[in-house]
Amino acid sequence: MRLCEHRYRTVSSVGGPLMFVDGVFSVRMGEMVRIVYPDGSTAAGEVLKFSGRAVLIQVFGETAGIDLGAEIIFSDTVRRAPLARSMVGRVFNGSFEPIDGLPPFIPEQWGEVNGFPINPTARACPEEFIETGFTAIDTLNTLVKGQKLPIFSCAGLPSQEVAAGILRNARLAGGGEFVVVFVAMGLTYRDYSFYMDVLRKMGTGFVAFVNRADEPVLERLLAPRFGLACAEYLAFVCAMDVLVVVTDITNYCDALREVSTAREELPGRRGYPGYMYSDLASLYERAGRIQGTAGSVTMLPVVTMPEDDITHPIPDLTGYITEGQIVLSRELHQRGVFPPIDVLPSLSRLMQHGIGAGRTREDHRRIADALYRHYAKGRYARGLESVVGREGMIEADRVMLDFADAFEAEVVGQGAARRAIGASLDAGAALLRRFFLEVT
Amino acid sequence: MDGIITGISGSTVTVAISGVKLCDMVLVGHAGLIGEVVRLKGEKAIVQVYENTVGMGVGEPVAGTGRQLTVTLGPGLVSNMYDGLQRPLERVRAAMGPFIRPCRDIPPLESAAEWNFEPDRKNGDEVTAGEVIGRIREGAFVHPVTAPCTGRLAQVHGGICTLAGPVARFADGSGVFARQEWPVRRPRPFRRKLPPVLPLVTGQRVIDFLFPLVRGGTAIFPGGFGTGKTILEQTIAKFADVDLVVYVGCGERGNEMAELLEEFRTLRDQRSGASLMSRTIVVVNTSNMPVAAREASIYTAVTMAEYYRDLGLHVLLLADSISRWGEALREISSSLEEMPGEEGYPTYLSSRLAAFCERAGAVETLNGAIGSLTMILSVSPPGGDFSEPVTQACLRTAGVFLMLDTALAHSRHYPAINWSQSYSLYAAGVTGHFTAQVSPGWGEMQQRCRELLQRESTLREVAEIVGAEGLQDADRLLMMTTERIRSEFLCQNAYSDDAFCPPAQTAARMDAILGFHDGVEAGLGLGLSLENVLANISRST
Repeated sequence: MRLCEHRYRTVSSVGGPLMFVDGVFSVRMGEMVRIVYPDGSTAAGEVLKFSGRAVLIQVFGETAGIDLGAEIIFSDTVRRAPLARSMVGRVFNGSFEPIDGLPPFIPEQWGEVNGFPINPTARACPEEFIETGFTAIDTLNTLVKGQKLPIFSCAGLPSQEVAAGILRNARLAGGGEFVVVFVAMGLTYRDYSFYMDVLRKMGTGFVAFVNRADEPVLERLLAPRFGLACAEYLAFVCAMDVLVVVTDITNYCDALREVSTAREELPGRRGYPGYMYSDLASLYERAGRIQGTAGSVTMLPVVTMPEDDITHPIPDLTGYITEGQIVLSRELHQRGVFPPIDVLPSLSRLMQHGIGAGRTREDHRRIADALYRHYAKGRYARGLESVVGREGMIEADRVMLDFADAFEAEVVGQGAARRAIGASLDAGAALLRRFFLEVT
Repeated sequence: MDGIITGISGSTVTVAISGVKLCDMVLVGHAGLIGEVVRLKGEKAIVQVYENTVGMGVGEPVAGTGRQLTVTLGPGLVSNMYDGLQRPLERVRAAMGPFIRPCRDIPPLESAAEWNFEPDRKNGDEVTAGEVIGRIREGAFVHPVTAPCTGRLAQVHGGICTLAGPVARFADGSGVFARQEWPVRRPRPFRRKLPPVLPLVTGQRVIDFLFPLVRGGTAIFPGGFGTGKTILEQTIAKFADVDLVVYVGCGERGNEMAELLEEFRTLRDQRSGASLMSRTIVVVNTSNMPVAAREASIYTAVTMAEYYRDLGLHVLLLADSISRWGEALREISSSLEEMPGEEGYPTYLSSRLAAFCERAGAVETLNGAIGSLTMILSVSPPGGDFSEPVTQACLRTAGVFLMLDTALAHSRHYPAINWSQSYSLYAAGVTGHFTAQVSPGWGEMQQRCRELLQRESTLREVAEIVGAEGLQDADRLLMMTTERIRSEFLCQNAYSDDAFCPPAQTAARMDAILGFHDGVEAGLGLGLSLENVLANISRST
């Protein structure tokens, strides 16, 4: 601990969000600093690296108006997240400052912003069913408590409405409610007000961390970390079930790329930094359950696939880390199907733990498998149809075509209404019966 | 050998220190975090720290340990879960709760655990370095205790011993311990390598029958996300016909590892009847654990695997996934500001990977026993694009290439191994073994199965144009047979009783399908229509 405050006026260079300070005596990695501008205003910063007496600082906030005479105050502490139960119901910006007009809350505890990895031996397997109210998810790509399941969307698709639908309708199998942690990164005002409207009308508790499109890019990297520190506190200290909605990961990754380029790091695929996998993992892996603790962190990140391309680095790396994905389809959307979920590329890796007798229903697996199998055949038949035409196909294939159409219209395309799991399974089973298809 | 921190960038720390050697392990900062010297430059050393460096300050002390990154080997390794630096995660959890925080070393082997030492030699015996002086039994495994140097034994303590104290002493007072330290990056020695010829039965029909593995071989399976790499790895870990499995979760999901632990504790090994965990060592560095330790994790694992190989056992090392190791290497390389090669990977990626894969093999150990170390590595190519550097580097070293196909996975065909692209360089060698030991028709059936699948793929293109109705009866039969091969033979549900299929059953299944094909074909040869022949068959059964 330092006995007096260290202030320096030795800025040697500034460029973008980065600043070099010379002649610094005592410094720590990740130390928080305050930068006093010539006009008296201040901004926060953080030590990125140091070599001898030269320190590289990353500035959170606007660097316009800064000059080499700016004063840097070193704090001797690293960034921590203030945590308390009274966060629930509040709205913060990306730097964890309240923007809802209410005074700051009193922290009960200070937590690590980046968190610590959960010891794999302490994790409890996610296995409790969450009912989202959407048949395409509940029946075929079941979400369970403690899972991280991203929504892969494309520009112009109603990913917001799907995410909002899940926020409104998600129920725990054993009763009980979710606390929602909502993290917005680089969101437009329109999207932001849409989500805030949904959150305020939900009636359950929520904490929002909002970084809008015109706010500092660096805060996009901080907001999800604060959000998850908050979620971990509510889940593992206060024993709540927390649902974290993070939108939009694409904006986050672009911010990461922007900062990485400013630091003159070697670019990887498409200019994204080589450590993007580890960086994304440091967010996604914070979802989970811990043995002997009641709470849970379930994560629903929203990823907008650039150019509708699932092999783009952002959805690709996300898909490698998360436990499945819900893929939205432009084709279904254009046909007016809501939610436009394409069940073929969608997947929930943890589904088998959350379904069956005692969890959903004994026949869940068989119905899901039969629906999936026949729909896949139907989709294959559609490919044939475009070549040989409906007339040239055998009767069995024609039936499959009709089945696929009916499946999309009736089972997937449920509209905005909520379906309980029983109704979802019944809808699937009824469709199979209508086409005289066996549930085996 | 003490110094101070002068600079930090990410996990790369610059230290003013002298007297350390390259690859030495050092303890960095007040927290004593483990680091490895990666570069020496005058009085400065560049140290790669295996933990997060946030909060570490300039001027903090750095202490040299005088040894390289090592693992501890001895009785008690089995059934444990370690991180990439061989920290026992169960005991880390007991010490600091559910989250892994930076910590000083917790010994990998429980020093208080008691073992029974059965000496071969007695007081006063002259022994030479490397000579076995006794043994310790750990369940099914027998650990020899060897003399570290030549000398005369003064005290031999038979009976109950711990790993903390010596089991014997030399006349000069130095001790013989039941544990040993070994640097992870140095392969353990053996007398000679043997050609790998014995098959390693995985119980997966598509692998055993079409793309067989051998003891001492290497296999890779690359596949995009959602193609079932992890499930295949875990299924093989459960059923493979080996004595010990070392499973490395390298940069993968935490929930997956929790699931694996839970499952392996409850499932029984079908050969011994004991819990699967009693033949498994897990090394795990999940994607959010420090990257440098992820790079080390595969070496930690392979050194433990080699140790058991040296006991004359057949060991299987499964790594999921080697791409994450490659990425860790890339991250470290770029933080050291090295010149990048392809896609930012360091130019030494392929030589490091090849050297790692060469640690697999069937060997005659120093004690004259036969042991083997087989490696199965999964690869996660970005965007499912196999032209990327890690996949290509793996392809040059691996003997078996199992390509996981996204299209197959989407049609829920598991294991999603593409039969036209995959290959096994060991197939020719082990077919003879299966033909002699399992079924005389093995080789011939394998050939026919390949041929049928090959013919089907060309026929399928025709069928897509003319429609299935437009095909000849013989061709429709071919489609029927290959459909059966795909759904009844190549597909195997990892969550059912079918998860393991012994070779004899594999042969019987293929025989039945080919028998059906031959029967119908004979009928067609008599001039009957396909429908008639099928009707006859269903009537007669």
